[in-house]
Formats: sequence, structure tokens, C-alpha cells
Amino acid sequence: MSAAVEAVNVARRFGPVQALVGVDLTVEEGEFFGLLGPNGAGKTTLISILAGLTRADTGTARILGHDVVTDYRNARRLLGVVPQELVFDPFFTVRQTLAIQSGYFGIRHNDAWIDEILHHLDLTAKADANMRSLSGGMKRRVLVGQALVHKPPVIVLDEPTAGVDVGLRQSLWAFIRKLNRDGHTIILTTHYLEEAEALCGRIAMLKAGQVVALDTKQALLSRFAGLTVRLAAERVPEAWRGRVLRQDAGIFFIGLDRYADLEALLAALRTEGIAIGELALQETDLEQVFLRIMGGDRAAPGIPEAA
Amino acid sequence: MTQGGAGWPTLLYKELLRFWKVSFQTILAPVLTSLLYLLIFSHVLEANVTVFGGKVPYSAFLVPGLVMMSVLQNAFANSSSSLIQSKINGNLIFILLPPLSPLDLFVAYVAGAMVRGLVVGLGVFAVTLFFAPSLLLMPHPFWALGFAVLGSAILGTLGLIAGISAEKFDQISAFQNFIIMPLTFLSGVFYSIHTLPPFWQTLSHFNPFFYMIDGFRYGFFGLSDVPPMMSLAIVGGCCLALSALTLALLRSGWRLRY
Repeated sequence: MSAAVEAVNVARRFGPVQALVGVDLTVEEGEFFGLLGPNGAGKTTLISILAGLTRADTGTARILGHDVVTDYRNARRLLGVVPQELVFDPFFTVRQTLAIQSGYFGIRHNDAWIDEILHHLDLTAKADANMRSLSGGMKRRVLVGQALVHKPPVIVLDEPTAGVDVGLRQSLWAFIRKLNRDGHTIILTTHYLEEAEALCGRIAMLKAGQVVALDTKQALLSRFAGLTVRLAAERVPEAWRGRVLRQDAGIFFIGLDRYADLEALLAALRTEGIAIGELALQETDLEQVFLRIMGGDRAAPGIPEAA
Repeated sequence: MTQGGAGWPTLLYKELLRFWKVSFQTILAPVLTSLLYLLIFSHVLEANVTVFGGKVPYSAFLVPGLVMMSVLQNAFANSSSSLIQSKINGNLIFILLPPLSPLDLFVAYVAGAMVRGLVVGLGVFAVTLFFAPSLLLMPHPFWALGFAVLGSAILGTLGLIAGISAEKFDQISAFQNFIIMPLTFLSGVFYSIHTLPPFWQTLSHFNPFFYMIDGFRYGFFGLSDVPPMMSLAIVGGCCLALSALTLALLRSGWRLRY
């Protein structure tokens, strides 16, 4: 059985910028996979290589076993891509847009499925409206629809919820979840980390064109110190100084490996006679993991987002 | 494995729909322009220009030239503007994501350009017939049709090359203004090259557009500056060479797939 997506040593350079540095990545069938990273990390370049929009300098990529260059016809039939840019063809209506996209895949008379897509994306009322007259959120949903017209088993969404309001975002995710339950493999890039946390089973983090973390969500969350104590006090016990993650006007954030460490911390506070002003426990979320892996800095300098 | 049919018929349909939706601008406007050319040139030059040794009145001579010029210019305009618009709007991605092969893209864009060119040519012919009704009795209609088809294919292909290589609208205009327009105007649309000084006559023989128009005109009058078989060979050869070049460009992904 072939993996849904398999990238082996994929590298790509744009002029002076090494957008991808030998990326290896395997996504199994049926996964809901997250691809995270700051702007310019190489997410879109990687997706473009999978979609055949960009060619890798070295390495190979396969969709369900079909090479994206040598067997591009099958690879592209198996892949649906929702691009990041909000693009549309101003000559056509929503229904025409979907029917034409379907025809490019050689699928004519696809009306039943197109009606279903329109329904799920809440676009039925706009089916005969010109693309130009739609709001940004609606155009975004048409893009999702265009990626689904040929019922691809592997679906890649490149920041699909940018500019979509909260209510629509929820219904969009309900639809994508349903597709995943029905057996579609979903690969998602997003800037909303809570989205990735809520949806994705496995997550790869990209930084400066390299995969710097690749694991299940649970493993990533537990790898980076399960707990943080938020302590308001005049000082921290001597032995605990090294565990302070951050200090902010009399409030200390202290990393714990497990709940048992909390007892030791309380004992040390008591022994040194430090009064506790306030104490709270916080669980690590994906955002903290992300920030730690990325080393706290933003996008690596000099690497523009590849379109 | 989901197997679909060919995708190019839909791309061709989209190309046709695209210009049909704005037919006022893509069909009527060029027909009107050609009509103006005919009115002005035939009025000014009718008495002063002798073509084919006086066997053909100038306005009748001019009509096939104008028809062919419209065919060529509109075929070029269609494929080049469609592609550059898609590039600039970013919706070219809808064509790059599906399993359309280089040949699929080539066939759809060039066929779309040919239809636009031929429809405009037919429109120009229809309105200009009023000034030279005798043209309906053309002796070799299939020669005329053959050259119109080949000419529109060549210009559709050139438009595709321009669209592939251009990254901005003004690069398309440059292609049009510095290559297509001079080659068209210096091809004998408005005159028989036998009226030119020897140097320019010789130079005209290096212009492939000259053979398109001369061959096309042969269909109308049974008269031509060079034998029609020679024109057919040259025009056919150009068509094949340009098609091969365009397919190679599409296969390489140059300026389409980065």
C-alpha cells in the first residue's frame, strides 16, 4: 500500500534562497496532517511541488505511489489543492467555475456532486452568481469546491481559512472533517495553531526549508514539558531558578515535567518561607510547542514566502 | 483509480466562452475596424493603384487582405490575451492543477484562437462583400479556407508563445507592435509586392505572412505573386516548426511551472 503523500529528499532553491533543504515526509492514507511553520518556511513550496506547480531541484514526490513528474496525470487526478491566493476567473458563475474545473479532469455530467459541494459549502443560493460579485469568504469556499470536483482521495489545503469569518470557518471544518471520516487524506497548512490542534492527528513543523519536528500531536505536546506553573511571589526558591521559563513583573513561569514536581516546588517555597501571592497550573498547548521549536523568533530572515 | 476522459475539450469550451461573452469587443470591434480600412483605403487608392496588371480592381484586391489580416490578428490576440490574463489574475492555477498534458493545452488554446480568428474573418468578409460582391465567385474556395486555417493556427501558436513568455501585459503589446504588426503590414495586405522596388520585394519573400496572404488571395482570384503550392509548403512548414517549438516550451514548464 502506497502512502498518500511521500516526499523524499525534496530540495528547491529560488535564486539565492534555499526554500526547501532536503525534506522527507510521509503522510499515510486517511490522516489529518498539519503542516506548520512561519512565513517563508517552505510550506507553500512543498505543496506546489506536490501539485506539480513547481519542480523540485532534487528529490522525488509521490501521491499514492504516482510520481508527480513522471506520472503527473495520475498524481494530479488523486490530488485536490486549495491554493492560498484568493484567485478566480471573472468570466464565469460559481456553477460554471465548478463544471469547467470538473471538465479539466475529464469529468463531464458531474452535476449531482457539484450540487452536493454547493450545498456543503453553503453556496447553493449563489450558484448562478458571477464570481466577481462574491465576498472574499465565498470566493474562498468556491476554491475549496474547485479542489473537490474530481473527488480526490488526497486533499491539500493551503491556509484555507484566512479571511473566512468564524461561523463559516466552523462549517468549513465540519465539512473537511466529514471528508476525512469518509476516508480522504487531508493535509492542512494554517497559521491558526488552535485549528491544527483541534483537527490534526500528526503535525510537521517546517523552519527555513527543513522539517524540524514531525510527530503526533500528543507526542509533540508531551515532549515539551507538560505543565507550566504561573507563580506570583517575591522570589523563586534557590534550587528552582534554572526552571524559570519567563519572568514578568513579579510573576514567574516555571516549567514542570510532571504533576509530582509541584509538591517539590511547594515544599521548597515553604522551606524558604516564600509567600505565595497566586499560583496557577497551565497545560502546554500547540502554540507554546510551536514557539519553542521555532526558537521564539519569527520567520527566518531573508526568506520570502514562495507563492 | 479514478479515470477521467480528456480535459482539453473543456479548456477549448472555456476559451470559446471567454471571447464569446465579450463578443462586442472581440468580434464586432475588429469587423468595424476592417470596414473603416476598406472605406478609406479603397476610396483614396482605387484610382491610383493597379494590381495584378489591372485584372482586379483595387477594392476587390484589398478585401481578402483585410479578411486575412483580421484572421491573423484576432487569432494572436485570443491565445496571448487569454494566457496573460490568467497569469496576471493568478487563475492559471486552475489549468495547471488538473492532468492536462502539454498537447492538451496546445490544442485547446490554438483551436480557441483559430475559431476566434476565423469567426472575425468571416464577419469581415460578410460586411466587405457589399463593396466587392464578385468575390463570392471565388475560383478556389478551398485554397482560401486552407490558408485561413493555417494562418490562424500559426498566429494562435505565436500568441501562445507570447503568452507563455510574457509576465506583464506590456510585453504582449510589444510582441504585437514590434513583431506581428510589421510582419502583417509588410506582407502585402494593402498592395501586391510586384509594385515594390526590387530590394523590398526580395525582403518580402523572407516574411512568412506574405505567403499566407498571397496564398489566401489566390483562392479569390486564381492569381498570386508566387505559386500557391510554394506558399502552402512554406506556411505549412512554419506551422509545424512553431507547433514543435511551442510544445517543447509547454513540456519544459518554462514560465508556467516554476
